[in-house]
Amino acid sequence: MRTGAGRGGVGLLAYAIFYLGFLYVPVLFLPLFSFNDSVFITFPIAGFTTQWYRQMLEDSAMLRALANSLEVGAITAVLSTILGLLAAKALTRYRVPGGNALLAFTSLPLFIPDIVLGISILILLNTLGVPLSLITVIAGHSLICVPFAITVLMSRFDGFDKSLEEASLDLGENGWMTFWRVTYPLALPGIISSLLLTFIVSFDEFLIAYFLAGSDATLPIYIWGQLRFPYKLPAVLALGALILVASTILVVIAEWVRSHGMKDRHKMVGA
Amino acid sequence: MSDEDFIRIDRVTKRFGNVVAVDDANLSIRRGEFFSLLGPSGCGKTTLLRMIAGFEFPTQGELYVEGARITDTPPHLRPSNMVFQSYAIFPHLDVFDNIAYGLRRARLKKTELAARVNDALAMIKLEGFGARRVDELSGGQRQRVALARALVCRPKVLLLDEPLGALDKRLRESMQIELRQLQKSVGITFVFVTHDQEEALSMSDRIAVMSSGKILQVAAPRLLYEEPNCREVADFIGTINFFDGKVLAPDTVDAGPIGTVHAATADSPGGKTLVALRPEKIVLAADPVPGAIRGKVIATAYLGERSHYTVAIPGREEPIAVSGQNAEKIVAKGHSPGDTVYLSWADGAAVLLPCD
Repeated sequence: MRTGAGRGGVGLLAYAIFYLGFLYVPVLFLPLFSFNDSVFITFPIAGFTTQWYRQMLEDSAMLRALANSLEVGAITAVLSTILGLLAAKALTRYRVPGGNALLAFTSLPLFIPDIVLGISILILLNTLGVPLSLITVIAGHSLICVPFAITVLMSRFDGFDKSLEEASLDLGENGWMTFWRVTYPLALPGIISSLLLTFIVSFDEFLIAYFLAGSDATLPIYIWGQLRFPYKLPAVLALGALILVASTILVVIAEWVRSHGMKDRHKMVGA
Repeated sequence: MSDEDFIRIDRVTKRFGNVVAVDDANLSIRRGEFFSLLGPSGCGKTTLLRMIAGFEFPTQGELYVEGARITDTPPHLRPSNMVFQSYAIFPHLDVFDNIAYGLRRARLKKTELAARVNDALAMIKLEGFGARRVDELSGGQRQRVALARALVCRPKVLLLDEPLGALDKRLRESMQIELRQLQKSVGITFVFVTHDQEEALSMSDRIAVMSSGKILQVAAPRLLYEEPNCREVADFIGTINFFDGKVLAPDTVDAGPIGTVHAATADSPGGKTLVALRPEKIVLAADPVPGAIRGKVIATAYLGERSHYTVAIPGREEPIAVSGQNAEKIVAKGHSPGDTVYLSWADGAAVLLPCD
């Protein structure tokens, strides 16, 4: 029995290693080739260089696309998290007539292909005569990000007792102060998760942005445009490597805030 | 407003869709009393309490505290504080900040705030626990913190929603005594919700028994037990035997297999009534007693300080519950199944109830 379990264990370990390798090795090619002294993305490695990073910093169009993406991602994250927070609180805390239908309805954009959403929003905006800009991209991204925010925040709200908010009201705080003193600190891990998730969804979204961006390209649109020019690819790899590092740091910080934030607050207060 | 109706619940009805949770409730709670709402789960007692707290609003009717109408007042402006069934201790705050929660708004000086919180900690015998995290507390300690957090605000009314339900039996019994003493020392009106009849009987000045959204009877514990006003109350509080009775005269009822019973009745002769007799009012004897009814013991249960007997009597299908104090040491003797026994009771031991 034990040897049987041992063999199973080895099999599972091999599976896990293979799985993680499949997941992460391609990602590791990014930083590797970003330092490779060749325009061509092939082995063997030609030599070490930082020229692609220099080229990237000099590419003002790419940097503008990056800035656009960061801006769209940040505004979308804040907007959809606020909307998601309101919806999640209403759906978990109040008796909303037709609440389940409402939830299904707001989740619909998750199931509609982005290309269909992109075209239909484009037609709508054209009909209304709204000019395309980063604002229209933010609107489109918020549409697909709100369901993510609602899902993340609802599970967080379900995770703590509704009577905590009632206790705050009972102890004399009004609805607004109850939100700041009880709901917000308890929902904070969910709010951070929601901000991160919606930012990431917006940051790498291509289809809807492609239809709604007008002349201001976001980063995915810009990269897509550069694929025609092989000599520009290494700079894209350099940027990709930097984004990889930045997102890893972000996730580590978020995880640290989530697990240590609560405890630290406990140590600071008290008589 | 007199002290008699410190809290007044005036024809309050609460509906959730088609469900009537509280049905036309009328109630006056006195200043400074320990008042319990007692009933089985789903009887509407918690809904009634939550309406006093302001978490639910009546569909119909009015609520008053100290003569002031609070029917639509939001919870944060009401003169009551609540101890929740789940305690609702804020997990992101330590013990000190939990207790200080309701005081922060009052903009007290730091020293006064600390003094009041420390007094509250002393009251619940948790001195020095201020900096503790709440997940380091036991169930009983959390319960005390919830109590202190509410009382430190000096409410006119303290509402308690089954606060002892989650504690084990021994702790619950000691908390019952402590809570009762605390209530007497602070002099605040307590409204206590429970489904545990013994808890309600032992702690309360008065009890309202509720069933299916209706208040059936409001009385002091003794009166509730000895003089229930209907079958449901008699049945819910303790154990009781019912016999169909026929009124013979204003003070005489024919109770069939147990003979005639003497008790005052408002029913006219010929009317039907329900005769109720508590198990402990019945005396069992092994030898014939004049006027006693002969029966046969079917089953016994020895509970230490008392024993329960199930006795069959001729002319009645349902056996009778009898309970006797084991005043003498009974190691070998006592009534055993199969024994013939003689049942008797004092005049006036039975209660007459309306038939439903």
